[in-house]
Order: sequence, then C-alpha cells, then structure tokens
Amino acid sequence: MIAHSIFFYTFSIIAIISAIMVTASKNTVHSVFFLILDFISISCLFIMIGAEFLGMIMLIVYVGAVAVLFLFVVMMLNVAQQKNQWFSSEDSSKHIPVGLIISTLIFVELIIVIGGWKYKPDLFDINNSVELSKVSNTHSLGQVLYTDYIHVFQISGMILLVAMIGAIVLTFRKRTGVKTQSYLKQISRERSEGVSVLNVESNKGVKIDD
Amino acid sequence: MTEIGLGHYLTLGAIIFSIGIIGIFLNRKNIIVILMSIELILLAVNINLVAFSIFLGDLTGQVFTLFILTVAAAEAAIGLAIIVVYYRNSGTIRVEQIDELKG
Repeated sequence: MIAHSIFFYTFSIIAIISAIMVTASKNTVHSVFFLILDFISISCLFIMIGAEFLGMIMLIVYVGAVAVLFLFVVMMLNVAQQKNQWFSSEDSSKHIPVGLIISTLIFVELIIVIGGWKYKPDLFDINNSVELSKVSNTHSLGQVLYTDYIHVFQISGMILLVAMIGAIVLTFRKRTGVKTQSYLKQISRERSEGVSVLNVESNKGVKIDD
Repeated sequence: MTEIGLGHYLTLGAIIFSIGIIGIFLNRKNIIVILMSIELILLAVNINLVAFSIFLGDLTGQVFTLFILTVAAAEAAIGLAIIVVYYRNSGTIRVEQIDELKG
C-alpha cells in the first residue's frame, strides 16, 4: 500500500505541474508536449487503480491522435513563436485577477464538496470485490458496453462520423486554375459534341474552327 | 501518507479542473491553448468518473468515460478545423484580435 501512495503522488504531481505548464509556457509546441505528458501520467493513474482498458484507450486516443492533431495544427499555422504576453501586457492585466478569483472560487467549492462528503459506511464493502476480481477490466467493460449501452455506443459512432465529415467539409477548398480530371464531364460526353461528319468537296478542303 | 482513497482522486480532478479554467481566462496568445485547456477540463471530469467507478464498484462510470473520450476527440477535430479555416481567412488566431463579432 505504501507503493500505491508513492506512485499516486508521483504521477499526480507530474500531472499537476504539466497542466500548469500547458497554460503558462511561452511556446505553443511546448504546451502540446506538456499536454501529452499530462495525458500519459493520468493514464498511468488509471492503469494503477484498475481501469486498464481506459488507460490504454486514453494513451491511444489522446496521445496517439488528439495531441498529434494539435501538434500538426500548431506547426501548420506557424504560430509557435508568437510570444505569450499575459505576464507583461497591460491590456490583459485586468483579466488576470478575474480569472484567478473565479478559478479559486471553483476550486474552493469543489474542495468543500469533497471534504464534506459522507459515505454510507458499508458502501465500499458491497460491490468492490464481487465481480471485478473474477474477470479482467476489459472483459467486464465489453460485457456491459455491447449489451446495455449498445445504443449510446452506436450514437457515439455517429458523432465521430459527423465530426469527420464536418472537418473535411470545413477545411476543403476548391482551387481555381488547376487542371484536374472531371469524371462527370468525361462520362457524359456524347457523340454529337465530339464527332462531326463533313462532306468535303474536291480541291477546296475543310475549314475547321478551332 | 495515509491510504489513497476516493478523496485523493477527487482532489486531483478538482486541481486539474481549476488549472483548465485559469488557462481559459488568462490566455492571450492563441486559441489553440484554449482548446488544450478544454481538454484538461474534460480530463478532470474523466478522473472523477473513473475514481467513482472504481471505488464504488460500478462500471457505468467507465462506460461514460469512454463516451466522453469520443466526444472530446470529435470536439478537438471540429475545433481545430474551424481554427484552420479562420487562420486561412484572417491570418491570425490571436485571442485579442478576434473581435470581428464584438457585440
């Protein structure tokens, strides 16, 4: 149990420091890398307390897809070197106390809620060791996910499809002046606009307009 | 250094949530960092759900964490696409210069 505490404090301190660095670092690329570090340490915490499937999924989805997407956009837009000025600029200095006050207020409220929480005394003993110990976390999650939550699962697939189509439609642009193949024009050609039969007289030739 | 319980994980979630809110308010640089702060907030919500799910022995929290993960990925993709289109049209994504719709 002492190893559990050591690992918890290590990973949570890494997570908190990298979360601070995400918001405070001057370079946007550094922010993305600290975001990746944050996801990795939180997924280590998930694996440690027994949610292995979610930890691995978080590594794959967040670190493998979302953070790399952020990195690509940061590099594509060439904004990495814009300096962060919220320490020095006088225009934004009125935002700092407002943000600090609001976030401290929310934090204090959350801590009050957590600290005043009352558990039923036999709550932890009922379920904790009955079914979770027999099969693995992935197995039990799959048994629930494809039976009880199948509609929600398919709706989330639809959300991903809509997001994919939306992202493609938003970033697609039609360039003018580029020679490309148009399949519709190629297929819908008719004989009458391509071929014409002329009656050529002798010694006069044919005048073709083009 | 007592036993790690539910309260420790909830406190970690609260700290990361507050850092995300600070990041949204204090950011003057570009919108991408604001999107990253939103990802931090969703991460804090996921920590809460997984901690409750593990400590109460109920799998529903982990299932819904999976759905939050899905929605967060879709939201990041759409948000970044909007940012790319905006940058192409106006040439900047600095927060204080995006005030064309100022009310």
